[in-house]
Amino acid sequence: MDMPIPSSTVLNNKARIVSRLAAILPADAVIADPAATRAYECDALAAYRCAPMAVVLPRSTAEVAAVLKLCHEMGVPVVPRGSGTSLAGGAMPTADCVVLGISRMTAVLETDYPNRFVRVEAGRTNLAVTGAVEAEGFFYAPDPSSQLACAIAGNIAMNSGGAHCLKYGVTTNNLLGVTMVQMDGTVVQFGGAHMDAGGLDLLGLVCGSEGQLGVVTEATLRILPKPEGARPMLVGFGSSEVAGACVSDIIKAGIVPVAIEFMDRMLIEVCEDFAHAGYPDCEALLIIEVEGSDAEIDEQLAAITAIAQRHDPVELRQSQSEAEAKRIWLGRKSAFSAIGKISDYMCLDGTIPVSSLPFVLRRIGELGAEHGLRVGNVFHAGDGNMHPLILYDANKPGDLEVCEALGAAILKLCVEVGGCLTGEHGVGIEKRDLMGVQFTATDMEAQMRVKDVFDPAWLLNPAKVFPLESSAGRRAG
Amino acid sequence: MMMRPAGEAELAELIREATGPLRIVGGGTRAIGAVAGEVLETGGLAGVSLYEPGALTLVAGAGTPLSEVEALFAGERQRFAFEVPDLRGLLGRGGEPTLGGMVAVNASGPRRVQVGACRDALLGVRFVDGRGVVIKNGGRVMKNVTGYDLVKLMAGSWGTLGVLSEVSLKVQAVPEAEATLCAEMAVGPAVAAMSQALGLPYDLTGAAWCGGEVRLRVEGMPGSVAYRTGAISAQLGGDWRVVSGDESAALWRKVRDVEPLQGMTGPLWRVSVKASDAPFVLEGLDGAAMLDWGGGLVWYCGPGDVRGRVAALGGHATLLRGEGVTFQPEAPAVAALSAGLRGQFDPRGILNHGLMEA
Repeated sequence: MDMPIPSSTVLNNKARIVSRLAAILPADAVIADPAATRAYECDALAAYRCAPMAVVLPRSTAEVAAVLKLCHEMGVPVVPRGSGTSLAGGAMPTADCVVLGISRMTAVLETDYPNRFVRVEAGRTNLAVTGAVEAEGFFYAPDPSSQLACAIAGNIAMNSGGAHCLKYGVTTNNLLGVTMVQMDGTVVQFGGAHMDAGGLDLLGLVCGSEGQLGVVTEATLRILPKPEGARPMLVGFGSSEVAGACVSDIIKAGIVPVAIEFMDRMLIEVCEDFAHAGYPDCEALLIIEVEGSDAEIDEQLAAITAIAQRHDPVELRQSQSEAEAKRIWLGRKSAFSAIGKISDYMCLDGTIPVSSLPFVLRRIGELGAEHGLRVGNVFHAGDGNMHPLILYDANKPGDLEVCEALGAAILKLCVEVGGCLTGEHGVGIEKRDLMGVQFTATDMEAQMRVKDVFDPAWLLNPAKVFPLESSAGRRAG
Repeated sequence: MMMRPAGEAELAELIREATGPLRIVGGGTRAIGAVAGEVLETGGLAGVSLYEPGALTLVAGAGTPLSEVEALFAGERQRFAFEVPDLRGLLGRGGEPTLGGMVAVNASGPRRVQVGACRDALLGVRFVDGRGVVIKNGGRVMKNVTGYDLVKLMAGSWGTLGVLSEVSLKVQAVPEAEATLCAEMAVGPAVAAMSQALGLPYDLTGAAWCGGEVRLRVEGMPGSVAYRTGAISAQLGGDWRVVSGDESAALWRKVRDVEPLQGMTGPLWRVSVKASDAPFVLEGLDGAAMLDWGGGLVWYCGPGDVRGRVAALGGHATLLRGEGVTFQPEAPAVAALSAGLRGQFDPRGILNHGLMEA
């Protein structure tokens, strides 16, 4: 994985850049000591690391604007950072950059229950948004696995999803407005507390733009009344193909569970060891959760059970208690850390049409065997968002490279069946060089022209998303 | 003379070779504002290329008539969740609504309050920009964050960034049952009642004030619909009439198509505001009004400085008929970005030129 050669002009100018940053920010908001900047050398894609030139931790939109204006004037690249939980390297620094972390901007600015929205500073964590409104019976719907730690700013940058977005949608469907600072320091607002964009949908454009168009400092988020109750059920199958067919039938029947999660045998065993949720011994497992009153849940689960029974399930079980429901979800939500305990792994994020599930699962098994690596599957089956986990040994020379080659082969497979490279994690640096698999040069050029409008000098998170050779003429470095 | 390309390649060629402004027309049922230029009609870009009911996905040419797609859906008990308004009655138009027109204006009806707008169901687009270049973005899958989201940008861009050639959309299974709670109310109490109902955990799929009557809709499995209508009326209090099945569906077609304002003359406004601001938009105005989206969408026909009020409250107003600027003017920095994007995608300024600028 290549990154641009750091600009010697910027590096040679470090002392002056840092002293000017220090002049516009409080003393504790600028970090330039190499021992301290090391803490920002990577995000959750920890295989790639590079300490930044400096880190700034502003406390207000005005401070963010002052930093960006200064960096713009001095030609310094800026890498925005929420909580640093990106799985795609979205917050990975370059040696010549200033990391702009907004972790100190966490305030709740406005809660409005009659109109069902909350306005927060974008450094606030995902779960703390729900925390601010749950006493009144509301919640914020998108729920990425890292929701305890991840910041709303990062959720917006990557258009994050989560297990429950089958019913509630992803970040972009729950985002009403933002305050954003452009690279030149201009502060703009898109959307607001009303529902629709007025002119061009710049809010929709900014969401998922991976911190390349501006730094979001405030967000207006849609909140929803908490359902009366929720209950998961487990259905075990003798093969992944059958489980896939069952998913398709449930969706077609018009039942909208809040989540349909899929695990294959490897993940079932690993997660069971971790969470002791009582997962059955089988080849494929679906966790299906529905919401409503007790009677409504019974009605929906009866309909789902009738469909599942047509697919000859190995086991079919409704959760009997709150504690059991929690353990069932603990197993699923801990999948990545449970795998992490037994092996190094790479997590992929391609999406495929639900109808292609059986074929794609079989091909992933074959590709794994060809590359000599094990692949586990755990994913959001209702919307086809796969998360193949490739197990490898970081201490074994060459294993990471084989793993990367297998990952690329699987993502190409996703695109071939009509899907995409990434469903919710983002491109970052991780899938940057695969963009050509999904897009023509013309398609990428159209996207880069958008960045030209927002950040003509290409200083904001510049070495991400687009293959370096495609963006070479635009980036300064 | 009218241009009617038979396919995407011909569309690209026509735009590349255009020497003057073009007025982009789908079925001509939703067009607003004054646009000069030679007519470029998209009816030749028609046809469903993929409909997979099990994956809830439709891919079709932008010129495909909406009625053709709806006939296809009926056989599978599916629909567009966002409930496409038919504005022919309101605007006094003929013609056949097309998928491209629906996407270009982000046409979204009552269910938008729960499931999102057309832009939220739009999975992918192919379009030809003002340089005559064919561009693809998004795809046909439900979750996709690969690259920038030009799909959202195209929805509601009114043909000013490019001419859509193909769209892919998410569809929804039609629930088994629906019911509507109705009660007559003045606008202030109506907005308060809708707000209270939308704050209950019953997934309302419609909350409108139409003909002086509040309408609250629930959809789902029969047991659930019966339970929720009972729970909502009990928690709101007062007398609610419950209407079910086809009769309920008929009520919502009237909301969707803004029936109370059909056949009128005079300035016609479509206003998007915070729901609790709707009564302030209408305060002291003596025209006709209808509210949808719990009050977040205000339809108003009559005199008054609607745009000034909306500017003060936050939100935006679109003038569908009457003398004046069509779209709400944007803050200078936002307008500069919008103009910048138009400059990139349509550098000659030939696609529906001037329509969205203040």
